[in-house]
Amino acid sequence: MSEAKFSIGIDLGTTHCALSYVDITSSDGENVAQEVLPIPQLTAPGSVQSQGLLPSFIYLPHASELAPGDLGLPWTAEQDYAVGEMARSRGAATPIRLVSSAKSWLCHASVDRRADILPHDAPPEVARLSPLEASLRYLKHLRAAWDQAHPEAPFAEQEIVVTIPASFDPAARELSAEAAKAAGCEHMILLEEPQAALYSWIQKSGGNWRKQVQPGDIILVADVGGGTSDFSLIAVLERAGVLELHRVAVGEHILLGGDNMDLALAFAVASKLGAQGIKTDAWQLRALTHACRGAKEALLNDASLSEVPLVIASRGAKLIGGSLRSELTRAELTATLLEGFFPDAAIGDRPQVRGRAGLTQLGLPYAHDAAITRHLAAFLARQVAATADLEGFTGALPEGATFLHPTAVLFNGGVFKSELLAERTLGTINAWLAAEGAPPARPLEGADLDLAVARGGAYYGYVRRGQGVRIRGGTARSYYVAIESVMPAVPGMQPPVQALCLAPFGMEEGSDAALPEQEFGLVVGEAVRFRFFGSSVRRQDQVGTLLDDWEPDELQELAEIQTTLPAEGRADGEVVRVKLHARVTEAGTLELEALPHDGPERWKVEFDARDAGGSEGSAGDAADATA
Amino acid sequence: MKPKNPHFFSRIGIAIASFFKIIGNSEFAGGVQALRLAERQGKAAKAAAAAAAKPVAPALKEAAPDGALQLLGLLQREARFIDFIQEDVAAYPDADVGAAARLVHEGCRKVLSDNFSIDPVREEEEGSAITLPEGFDATAVRITGNVVGEPPFNGHLTHRGWRVVETRLPKLSGSHDLQIVAPAEVEL
Repeated sequence: MSEAKFSIGIDLGTTHCALSYVDITSSDGENVAQEVLPIPQLTAPGSVQSQGLLPSFIYLPHASELAPGDLGLPWTAEQDYAVGEMARSRGAATPIRLVSSAKSWLCHASVDRRADILPHDAPPEVARLSPLEASLRYLKHLRAAWDQAHPEAPFAEQEIVVTIPASFDPAARELSAEAAKAAGCEHMILLEEPQAALYSWIQKSGGNWRKQVQPGDIILVADVGGGTSDFSLIAVLERAGVLELHRVAVGEHILLGGDNMDLALAFAVASKLGAQGIKTDAWQLRALTHACRGAKEALLNDASLSEVPLVIASRGAKLIGGSLRSELTRAELTATLLEGFFPDAAIGDRPQVRGRAGLTQLGLPYAHDAAITRHLAAFLARQVAATADLEGFTGALPEGATFLHPTAVLFNGGVFKSELLAERTLGTINAWLAAEGAPPARPLEGADLDLAVARGGAYYGYVRRGQGVRIRGGTARSYYVAIESVMPAVPGMQPPVQALCLAPFGMEEGSDAALPEQEFGLVVGEAVRFRFFGSSVRRQDQVGTLLDDWEPDELQELAEIQTTLPAEGRADGEVVRVKLHARVTEAGTLELEALPHDGPERWKVEFDARDAGGSEGSAGDAADATA
Repeated sequence: MKPKNPHFFSRIGIAIASFFKIIGNSEFAGGVQALRLAERQGKAAKAAAAAAAKPVAPALKEAAPDGALQLLGLLQREARFIDFIQEDVAAYPDADVGAAARLVHEGCRKVLSDNFSIDPVREEEEGSAITLPEGFDATAVRITGNVVGEPPFNGHLTHRGWRVVETRLPKLSGSHDLQIVAPAEVEL
């Protein structure tokens, strides 16, 4: 196999994909030759144009909807679906054939992510896709675009970094890796998006970053994109005279982003129109959302504007008579965006569990509370002890601190293109810091908000070959499997469960966890399922630690895991004692295996287990701990 | 022996010279008329006579309609351009026309910025003094007003001009019918 010439970073975003690449052979140290690939895509039937971003949408047209050749791409004439700009615009008028937000579905633990479920509200005759297949199609499109632009350096032979939200659970990580492999990425590694954003900032600073951070700093990366909000904390420390970066904590998965903001503004204007007796239909509401996005950007970027007119064209050819007119005022923008999404929260505030039901779309578990500042408060407070055990870290929290004090903030994601929103977020954090007598956090300047993640991914693929600084940290969660206590059945009462730690916090890529003492009795030939938990705060638990009880927000239940012991060489129905073993692959995915006590076999334990037949067998029924 | 027919550029010269001579010299004009009469009777080359009667049109190339149709399609899609122009604005108050114009303006702007890179021809501020050297590009700079004498010309910049430096129109599949600049829409 030939040596990779390029390191390719792929941002597989909820609303947009991007691809950036570093020419490894002509880069040296901090002089990096980096580009962003323009992606040819259908912009209208029969019309192909290159754009820097590929909108993450797939349109599944009706057989008679388009003329032959209308879906042709520079590299294929055979495709029967559209990806990118045309999919987005066409799908806006026919949402039942539009696959969108596939990434949010990919980390939706309550659905089968390999099942053909998208578009979510499609009629039966539309051939649906699984969230996995949708991700695969975006990757295949990027691959084809690459191979066309760089025939001398085939995609499959390059070093590929695919970025994922830091909050992705093991199942979503594994599915992302699976999609990348299926798309032909031979050398693929996963990288958390907030880390990618920081890598991009480091690369752009051209070595100057060492002057902008000091040992003891805690960098908060706040990444609010089109569909998701993702937070990470990265500590700066010095070892043997060299600055090191450690990712010490990641936030929960929050389905909340810029698209929600545009939708909220559109609803505000629609209700204003409604008060004037003008009803808006679904088509007009979509047009209104689009108009509000433009008006929002105009108002946020020009403080002297007090209102921006909105015009929604009629669908017919009569443009002038049929248009709806309204306006978005600064007061409405402030009330909806600043008060709705970035309120002046106190550090003690927590996201509210109810409210804003009007904004949720059936299916995806959107955040109940739209207040990003309250989610941030909860994150920083939960992670107050994140650096307590970090060896060599010189920063210290004052006595009685109620949250981890960030000293620097790196903003990422399209939402923070608005300085007003970035300032509001920073101002809120600094008010929390001031209340505990800490100095204000400083913003890290110079990020490229749209492309930072793809650029950072490509840069990471380059630095992990040995050049430049790397962010350490390993897995950001510890993982547990549930063990049901043996007790007499009481109707209506769940037997109490214990949680057995299988994988400790901070496992590095390519490392194995120790083998726990506990054994499980598994029945040969039957699928056995376990309840599975993760914790982003329990840093001390080692393999084999058995938890009897825990705080409700300490452990989060993830999708169940499942394993089936093949019957080869054993009698059906035989009970085999196994141990569960965890390892983190080089690519960055978690793997669980069942190891029998009496043989060399290793059986894979599947994440995201689901009954194909629908008979709801309960986990743990067939498994009992024989500790 | 018949003299060799003059080639194209010479013919332009002859035609222009003849044109002014016909206007100014009645005797010459009469001669031409007689020649034309003889030609018509003798079914000789009409074109030569026509050339003698009026200036020869330079060979104009026909612009390929594809690019124009494509741009029209883009303007309609993004800016509802055809809808707007085809409507009778006289029937509506200014406020309604203005509201629609915002939409059209925003869309046209997007089409321009997405598909073209446009720079001013002259970087100087409008109103500033300009000296045009000998041999200046008459396509890129148009001189007006007191146009006399020889370059260098001194004047003031009244319009900076625009130059398309890059065109990025979408690539088209061969089978797509560009005549349809906006498909009819039918909601099912």
